[in-house]
Amino acid sequence: MAFPAPEHEIHRRRFSRNLGVGLTLTCFVALVFALTVVKVTNGDLGHANDAPGMLGSTQPIAPELPAPAPAAPAVSP
Amino acid sequence: MTDIRSFEAPKEAGFGDFVQLLKPRVMSLVVFTAFVGLLVAPVHLHPVVSFTAILFIALGAGASGALNMWWDADIDAIMRRTKGRPVPAGLVQPGEALAIGLALSGISVVMLALATNILAGALLAFTIFFYAVVYSMWLKRSTPQNIVIGGAAGAFPPMIGWVAATGSISVEAGLMFMLIFMWTPPHFWALALFMNEDYSKAGVPMLTVTHGKKVTRNHVLVYTLALIPFALGLGFTSIGGPVYLAVSVLLNAEFLRGAYRIWKRDEVMAEADSYKVEKAVFRFSLLYLFLHFTALLVEAVLHSSGMGGW
Repeated sequence: MAFPAPEHEIHRRRFSRNLGVGLTLTCFVALVFALTVVKVTNGDLGHANDAPGMLGSTQPIAPELPAPAPAAPAVSP
Repeated sequence: MTDIRSFEAPKEAGFGDFVQLLKPRVMSLVVFTAFVGLLVAPVHLHPVVSFTAILFIALGAGASGALNMWWDADIDAIMRRTKGRPVPAGLVQPGEALAIGLALSGISVVMLALATNILAGALLAFTIFFYAVVYSMWLKRSTPQNIVIGGAAGAFPPMIGWVAATGSISVEAGLMFMLIFMWTPPHFWALALFMNEDYSKAGVPMLTVTHGKKVTRNHVLVYTLALIPFALGLGFTSIGGPVYLAVSVLLNAEFLRGAYRIWKRDEVMAEADSYKVEKAVFRFSLLYLFLHFTALLVEAVLHSSGMGGW
């Protein structure tokens, strides 16, 4: 018959530390994910990904310049 | 037969000891004032962004608390009020406190800047630097004006909250800063009057130690008088209003009455009733700050429902 080993205070403290760090890191990852979702859906990514012409950009694409008018034909005498 | 379990176990920190390193009571004040600063701002952030901003402002404050505990471990071990802290108690090694303080400082500043804006992140970095280096390492042990200048570190959070929302500093943010900045000296000196022995033993040059209690009593009254214009002035800005102003007038009248009572007393009277007035003023000073920021919050709610404000 095996006797259960008495749990030492050190092991309890170590477990609480590991559990705390684990939960903190999980919450951090969840927070970064949520923040990313909010930033992407709100289009709040600053200017880095907001260049004219980029997919999802809020910047208008500069309209093309109108073609230059054809030169007037030389007047023949 | 010797029971092996009767030997004293080597000290090992639990998760809660690392949380204590971040000074959770100070963090709760930081969370509240930063929350108000962020909420009363004219620009409204997404709730997730607001939550992230407040969390990392609080974490930055906690990081500076850990750095303070690393640096001040020697005097913390002497003072009755602080000798149970994790580093002097031997639960957390000084090197661990330093590593946690530095790591959390970096994480909080970068995350706040990414979540909101660079200026808010820079202000948080400056606040951590101010508390850990300017206050803890330099002023605290060298001048009796330590808490006057060091009080700036505790005054930044509502300004950072405001800047996180708006991206700029304004009169309102400046006055919220000044409210806490000017409140800190009478608050701490009221405490120092009845905790003088602690500071004296540790060799911290608090005003009570270097200039005596009579001078400290004078200072409490003068700084309370200097605080009043900033507290009332905030009521006339865009975030103030009649509710804030009414609350502020009452709180300032009571705080001034308390400071006057401290000024009128001498050591014989104080020792006779175990510093009853000083302890009462110290407790009231906490309520004073809490209710000022609560009144700002009420004004913001009234404002959003079409009432409040001027």
